[in-house]
Amino acid sequence: MNTVIQLSYFAAAALFILGLKRMSSPRTARGGILWAGAGMLVATIVTFFWPGLENYLLMIVAIAIGGGLAWWSGKRVAMTDMPQMIAIYNGMGGGAAAAIAAVELAKGEFGAASFQGLAVLGALIGAVSFSGSLIAFAKLQGLMKRAVRFPNQQFINLGMFGAAVIFGLIVFAMHAPTGALIFVFFLLALAFGVLMTLPIGGADMPVVISLYNALTGLAVAFEGFVLGNAAMIIAGTVVGSAGTLLTQLMAKAMNRPISNVLFSSFGQTAGGEEAAVEGSMKAIDATDVAVMMAYADNVIIVPGYGMAVAQAQHKIWELTELLEEHGVKVKFAIHPVAGRMPGHMNVLLAEAGVPYDKIFDLDEINAEFPRADVALVIGANDVVNPVARTNPDSPIYGMPILNADQAKNVIVIKRGKGAGFSGIENALFFQDNTRMLYGDGQEMVGKLIQQVKQL
Amino acid sequence: MIEGFTALYIFMLAAFTGYEVISRVPVILHTPLMSGSNFVHGIVLVGAMVALGHASTGWEQAIGFVGVVLAAGNAVGGYVVTERMLEMFKSSKEDRG
Repeated sequence: MNTVIQLSYFAAAALFILGLKRMSSPRTARGGILWAGAGMLVATIVTFFWPGLENYLLMIVAIAIGGGLAWWSGKRVAMTDMPQMIAIYNGMGGGAAAAIAAVELAKGEFGAASFQGLAVLGALIGAVSFSGSLIAFAKLQGLMKRAVRFPNQQFINLGMFGAAVIFGLIVFAMHAPTGALIFVFFLLALAFGVLMTLPIGGADMPVVISLYNALTGLAVAFEGFVLGNAAMIIAGTVVGSAGTLLTQLMAKAMNRPISNVLFSSFGQTAGGEEAAVEGSMKAIDATDVAVMMAYADNVIIVPGYGMAVAQAQHKIWELTELLEEHGVKVKFAIHPVAGRMPGHMNVLLAEAGVPYDKIFDLDEINAEFPRADVALVIGANDVVNPVARTNPDSPIYGMPILNADQAKNVIVIKRGKGAGFSGIENALFFQDNTRMLYGDGQEMVGKLIQQVKQL
Repeated sequence: MIEGFTALYIFMLAAFTGYEVISRVPVILHTPLMSGSNFVHGIVLVGAMVALGHASTGWEQAIGFVGVVLAAGNAVGGYVVTERMLEMFKSSKEDRG
């Protein structure tokens, strides 16, 4: 039986790696998750036959509760709320790794000191990932509106981290640590996770979730060493390194060094004077926009999170199909931070039915804006603000942006005249070739569709 | 049991594998891939099952139980949301029903 179990774990590890490989290309991504899922199913089933196990009833009840709740919530969650859902599932994994460590430490039957050390390390990382992910969830879900900051926060956090490490060392050094000591150690680790995540703002949360994802992977790998479970070691380590790389890629896409995300906050660094924006915003009505777009050769649509909030993505795709019937070439330009995390906007557009080969990255599309007759900006603001290129004093200076301002005509669908998420005036709105179409995104695109149909 | 240096070698090779496997991922897949890798560490479920299976005292059973609940949530939830997201990625050349 042991051979069968080990062979199944081997197959599961291979399926995970192949699945992740397939998930990194849009063509094969759908198959990738199925492969990984098959691996997980096989590994879970054979584990029931692991020699010497007891408490089967508890095990089955626990799987039914955890799996059932996750299934129910995962099927129901709206695509716009995906980031916080990933955060909470990730936190659960970290918590599970910490729970394994707690059981093993309470039993205190380690074959070697190194295993006890790895159990403690995995416990620390897993617990931080657990409580940190819960805070990330609360922030993205809107349960916690503001970044919590107080004086000497960095020192207090450092002190809490130090305390958790010291208690971890004590638990590690003792041959049979008492329950109370283990309890205090976990409490400190959980508290550090909370404190570390509290000061980070909502916009930076995706990077933090990705980091916790990598940390959970690492914690799982460490507990895998403790249990002598190769599937956990390989899967955990692969996720640990892939997650670290993904965190770096995301931070790069958002133009925010990871250290900046973790140890400072947006707004505090923004001290520079803002140059006043000259000119005025010029309004336009839907009829004129419809004519302009229907008789254009090339149209680039720049959607932002505001479009998703207005639930306008389905209408946008309807408009796109209509324009294509008129012979207009339509492309979508997505900024890496257009959604609430890199790639989120692609998911939202995919949900509306937009094929991925019409969707272009910043690097791919920026050269095409000067050739575009119309750039339609809907629900995006800071990511098309040209001051990021031109004004070194602006807080967003240096951030890669979509050069929508270089299109022959720019149409901005916007609810009102207010500034963006970061509170910075957008110079694009004041340009001579820019026209503002004021109103709710969904309603305005609906009007455009009607008008284009009549042409 | 996987001892000492063997474990270290597995760790190193798996780390490089993870790095290589996603090194050329386009931005459009960042969110699903993060969700997918989140699912993969749901393998913690098998460890949680073993920990609960070996638990003897009431406390150990309670913590082990919580561990399995959390791990099952990670695995099932991770799968469901990743599958939902990736199911929607279609090319314009494909037939859309």
